[in-house]
Amino acid sequence: MKKKMTKGSAMIISALQKEGVEIVFGYPGGAVLPLYDQLYDSTLRHLLVRHEQAAAHAADGYARVTGKPGVVFATSGPGATNLVTGIANAYMDSVPLVLITGQVPSGFIGTDAFQEADITGITLPVTKHNYLVKNARQLPGILSEAFYLASTGRRGPVLIDVPKDVFDQEAHFDYNVECEIPGYNPTYEGHAGQISRAVKEIRDAKRPVIFGGGGLIRSGSSAALEELADRAKIPVILSLMGLGAYPGDRSLFLGMPGMHGSITANYALSEADLIIATGVRFDDRVTGKLDSFASNARIIHIDIDPAEIGKNVKIDVPIVGDVKMVLESILKKLQPGDTAEWLKQIENWQRQNPMPGGLKSSGSAMKPQYVIREISRLCDENTIVATDVGQHQMWTAQHFMVRKPCSFLTSGGLGTMGYGFPASIGAKLAAPDQKVVCITGDGSFQMNIQELATAVNNHLDITIAIINNGYLGMVRQWQDIFYDKRYAHTLMEGNPDFVKLAEAYGAKGMRACDAKEATAAIEQAMQEKGPVVIDFTVEPEENVYPMVAPNRAINDIIIGGDHS
Amino acid sequence: MKHVLAVLVEDKPGVLTRVAGLFSRRGFNIDNIAVGETVTPGISRMTITVEGTETLVEQVIKQLHKLVNVIKVSNLSEEPSVMRELMLIKVNAEVGSRSDIQQIVETFRGKVVDVSPDSMIIEVTGNEEKMEAIKLLLQHYEIKEIVRTGKISLLRGSRITRES
Repeated sequence: MKKKMTKGSAMIISALQKEGVEIVFGYPGGAVLPLYDQLYDSTLRHLLVRHEQAAAHAADGYARVTGKPGVVFATSGPGATNLVTGIANAYMDSVPLVLITGQVPSGFIGTDAFQEADITGITLPVTKHNYLVKNARQLPGILSEAFYLASTGRRGPVLIDVPKDVFDQEAHFDYNVECEIPGYNPTYEGHAGQISRAVKEIRDAKRPVIFGGGGLIRSGSSAALEELADRAKIPVILSLMGLGAYPGDRSLFLGMPGMHGSITANYALSEADLIIATGVRFDDRVTGKLDSFASNARIIHIDIDPAEIGKNVKIDVPIVGDVKMVLESILKKLQPGDTAEWLKQIENWQRQNPMPGGLKSSGSAMKPQYVIREISRLCDENTIVATDVGQHQMWTAQHFMVRKPCSFLTSGGLGTMGYGFPASIGAKLAAPDQKVVCITGDGSFQMNIQELATAVNNHLDITIAIINNGYLGMVRQWQDIFYDKRYAHTLMEGNPDFVKLAEAYGAKGMRACDAKEATAAIEQAMQEKGPVVIDFTVEPEENVYPMVAPNRAINDIIIGGDHS
Repeated sequence: MKHVLAVLVEDKPGVLTRVAGLFSRRGFNIDNIAVGETVTPGISRMTITVEGTETLVEQVIKQLHKLVNVIKVSNLSEEPSVMRELMLIKVNAEVGSRSDIQQIVETFRGKVVDVSPDSMIIEVTGNEEKMEAIKLLLQHYEIKEIVRTGKISLLRGSRITRES
């Protein structure tokens, strides 16, 4: 019997459906036309963005909320290169994405054809893996490998580049989701001997802290983490990527460490005798000066990626494995130590060092921290918050109460301005019943502001809170502190009227200049249908404190700001 | 210290680029690299020499393992192994100096593989010290060109570097 033949483009759509993909984020173009033509007849949902970068960020937001790979379509050349920032962003934060790009027809590759770019070459350093498909026969294998790689081990983006003629080639389609890749065997279960050592370290420690990151969220470890912290009475510090893995309102939670972390978190890391590091990678923004980081502590490091263990910091008990599985193994043998004295010390630090920024205003201008606290107060515990990058991001990390995992979306590793708004679009599509708030800055928002059209067109209920200080605030802060207040090109002269701009797109626009207006605007926005932009005019030269200068010890803290 | 890594990879397009790209973006230096087939079809073997501390080489090995097409990485410097490299040297060889050169070549168990009125090509195999030693001696006669294959290496005894 003759085997049934399937077109390459049909294989892709069919594979996506077999993988359980619900929505594709994308933007069509010449080289990817055959795939879009196939999509036209399918039940697969497609979200048309206004710039490919936003498609990658939206898929990233979707993936962070659902845990499933976000899927992106784009065309060759500029379509593909516009994805690069979004791919790099997902790579740094270990977010699963599968990106399918059209490429010029096979015969034109290497001829500098119209809209040709070597996207597999370009994305080599920022993908977990990528493929240039030579023949439709390879497609079933490559597609299943791509989904498998993106969503297992340390998650990450995988790109598949498909020449235009391959979409139209016919081949036999047999989709097998089980795949074996000889060079890819992630370790999930922790080494039993190392787990026993970790249990002993925890039992004997007098001043232990748990330091958790994005790995906790990606592996679904919140329940295990809570049990460990609560049973052994160990305080919890979460990196920016880890926020939400442990409820932010518990007394054992000390906040975020590092450059703009809480004073207590930084003191605790510096004074601890044991750090239980889970799903973190000891980024320079966390450790400060490496030589003096946690010099009093022994360190247990649990991570799915062996290359992270010992990369920046010397580790005493390395455990390669899935964070959740390892924590559960530790819990089975857990023998809590006595941490009473240590918790007393921590309580003292917390009492003496509240996070600055409790004031509503100084003189006439509203404090940005107040706006974020007010948004946090008026949101329910299921709200998803996405941020952009800069001062507002740090203030959100410090002042927004994140209680649940997968509900705080931020560009941690790459620090991508323009991430927040498209990520919130992806989040809303992933969780239509949850409130979604995007906290952004006047600089960041303008990096993907065109997506207002996408949000309006798809009736997405998203509250966009612009913390508008008229500056590239974080850069200005560094100029203030390290460059003698020489504010070179950080004043955002020529900003548009964001209220009118929102209205021009068909969204609701509001402005709030004082505390009373702020509360009223947030309350109203929560009730509105469709996207709402609130332009909060805040104190222009407020700085983020506390602050540890780069390459200084993390207990060497610049304490500034208003306390109340 | 120099470390010689045996890296078994899937023989797929772009694998060499992936490996080379990893070294450059992580700031690791490749001293030399040699690539060829193995007894298993579809699997190639790269021999990569890296100079650096134990910690650096550990990071290199871990990062190499993260490449999906890399099947196995072994550090051959940690075990007894045979290392060889092949070098071709074109050296100035006027009639008067030929027999002297010939003598040096014989001492190093090399071969003269080409002779022209004023030059010779010499083939030498061996380890790095041997290469450097003959180079030093032949410099006296003016070396015109050198080409080297990069190191290759096998474990001594019956043990082998397997795919799994």
